[in-house]
Amino acid sequence: MKFAKSTNNVKSDSNYFIYGSNQKNYKKKGFHFYLKKDWQLYLLLLVPIAFALIFKYGSLFVLVIAFKDYKILKGFTGSEWVGFKVFEKVFKMRDFGKSIRNTLLLNGLTLILGFPLPIILALLLNEVKNKYFKKITQTLLYLPHFLSFVIIGAIAYQIFGLASGVVNNLMEAAGHVRIPFLQEDTHWLVTYVLISVWQTMGWGTIIYLAAITSVNPELYEAATVDGAGRWAKCVHVTLPCIKSTVVILLIMNLGKIMGGSFESVNALMNVATTEYTNTIPVLVYRLGLSNGKYSEATAIGLFQSVVGLILVVGSDFIAKRLGEEGIF
Amino acid sequence: MVSNINSKAVSSHRRLWTKSRIHNLLTDILIYTFLTVIALTCVLPFIHVFSKSISNEAYVIANKIVLLPKGFTLDAYKKIFADLSIIKSLCVSITVTIAFTVLGMIITIFAAYPLSRKSLKGRSVLTFLFMFTMYFSSGIIPEYLLINELNLLDTWWAMVLPLAFSPYNLLIMKTTLQSNISDSLIESAVIDGAGQFRILRSIVIPLSKPIIATLSLFYAVGRWNAYQDALFYIKQNTDLRPLQLKLYYLVVAATESFQAVAEGSAQFTNPEVLKASCIMFATIPIICIYPFVQKYFVQGTMIGAVKG
Repeated sequence: MKFAKSTNNVKSDSNYFIYGSNQKNYKKKGFHFYLKKDWQLYLLLLVPIAFALIFKYGSLFVLVIAFKDYKILKGFTGSEWVGFKVFEKVFKMRDFGKSIRNTLLLNGLTLILGFPLPIILALLLNEVKNKYFKKITQTLLYLPHFLSFVIIGAIAYQIFGLASGVVNNLMEAAGHVRIPFLQEDTHWLVTYVLISVWQTMGWGTIIYLAAITSVNPELYEAATVDGAGRWAKCVHVTLPCIKSTVVILLIMNLGKIMGGSFESVNALMNVATTEYTNTIPVLVYRLGLSNGKYSEATAIGLFQSVVGLILVVGSDFIAKRLGEEGIF
Repeated sequence: MVSNINSKAVSSHRRLWTKSRIHNLLTDILIYTFLTVIALTCVLPFIHVFSKSISNEAYVIANKIVLLPKGFTLDAYKKIFADLSIIKSLCVSITVTIAFTVLGMIITIFAAYPLSRKSLKGRSVLTFLFMFTMYFSSGIIPEYLLINELNLLDTWWAMVLPLAFSPYNLLIMKTTLQSNISDSLIESAVIDGAGQFRILRSIVIPLSKPIIATLSLFYAVGRWNAYQDALFYIKQNTDLRPLQLKLYYLVVAATESFQAVAEGSAQFTNPEVLKASCIMFATIPIICIYPFVQKYFVQGTMIGAVKG
């Protein structure tokens, strides 16, 4: 046994030696050496690099029009440089301030309501012992995540519509007046937030359920011996064990608070409500593609991207400070 | 005497047991009820719209449909299948989804395999180059102007090429390859004289079938559901509208009418029924494949959640 171990050591030592000397050789070689050695790998990489350069980095060059007075006829290079004038103009727009407020409002409310719900659902699902009930419930809860915003929006009008929505029909039958769920500003805001929360709540449980399954079962056994009931186990064992997952997800979600989904708002908005539907992406779309003010729209989009990047990097920094594995 | 003691012991034991059992049972009932209600909110809306779509128009106009269909008829669906533009949209969606998924997977594998090799020079620089695009986008307008500049507006390519490179899917693929395919395996293949293309074809792809299936589904469902890019890029050429965009114009924005209505057919058709059946027409494909793909989605999401 001892003998075998020692030969093993010798072997790995000699291996290490060879490997080490090889590495020294590598270090002496220039880039062409690696190109020759791994040329096939680099050849493979050419395809994704081409796509990333053209479609992701290519559009970054178009960002210069945020600093130009862009006219389609003059093209990107022919248009005049105007420095930060476009930004000054945009920051003075009433719609701009409103769009930031609306973006923060919609995302903030969705986060406040939508963040705790998946945790609660995951804790409850964890208490369910019946395998089939659990499976069916999960399947139903995940369903809205798989459907497009167009379908969700269309169904929302079927359910909450003013003239023929089923909820209003039922309320009228019960002697209540019809409520403009989607046709009045404040009602729209509440309905939008509820629909967003509803669509994401089931899918959000996945990560918490994974975290809960990795909790050491001995902790539950010890808690049972100490006389803890289900509630006590949930509060004093499960929750502390998934705390780090909760914290990191909260931070990551806060980092995304300036982001805005165009699709979800666009699928639910209508002419009757304009107060809260005008989020940053909607404003960009309206200004740019409907009114042809490309420079202004690009400037607003750039503003959102930069603030979004700062928030994401900042939240990642905080997450790392808390001892979690960040994203970078 | 003996039996007396026994019965006493049993009864006291049973009483204790019953008390905790009642408590447990009540908690269970509460939990099961709450979860059932929440789960029902996820499925009842679809049942309602489905019932509407197969009901007689008269009942729908009278707002009589709640959860069960009344006056069963498939007229609305017949009209949808007679409406060539909707069928065309379905074909566009299917074609674009298949092309997009194949292209997306080629790009993802071609990027993920080299980047998963630790010996590759410039690996971290390239990874950063790819991942940066996940956190900073240039926005709607620059992307639109780029597509315009490339002359891709109103073409099939506008729905296939721009989103085919997905940094998120690349990250999942790379992480999986790093943990599934050991360096020693690749090294031994190299010693046996296999080139990297051969290794990719004969070792990496066969060993990564599950993750390839998962990511293909990510690409396919993502493409099927997206309508934003089609809304921006497909303007004049109405034949190229994918199903989601068609549904958007027909039902959500309601700027377009159904052929059956527009042509003024003798029989009056209430758009409400047509709307409902159109929604179901777009929903049913997803619901049909949903039970089979759900498992893969959950696995993929968990891998993705490990990093970002």
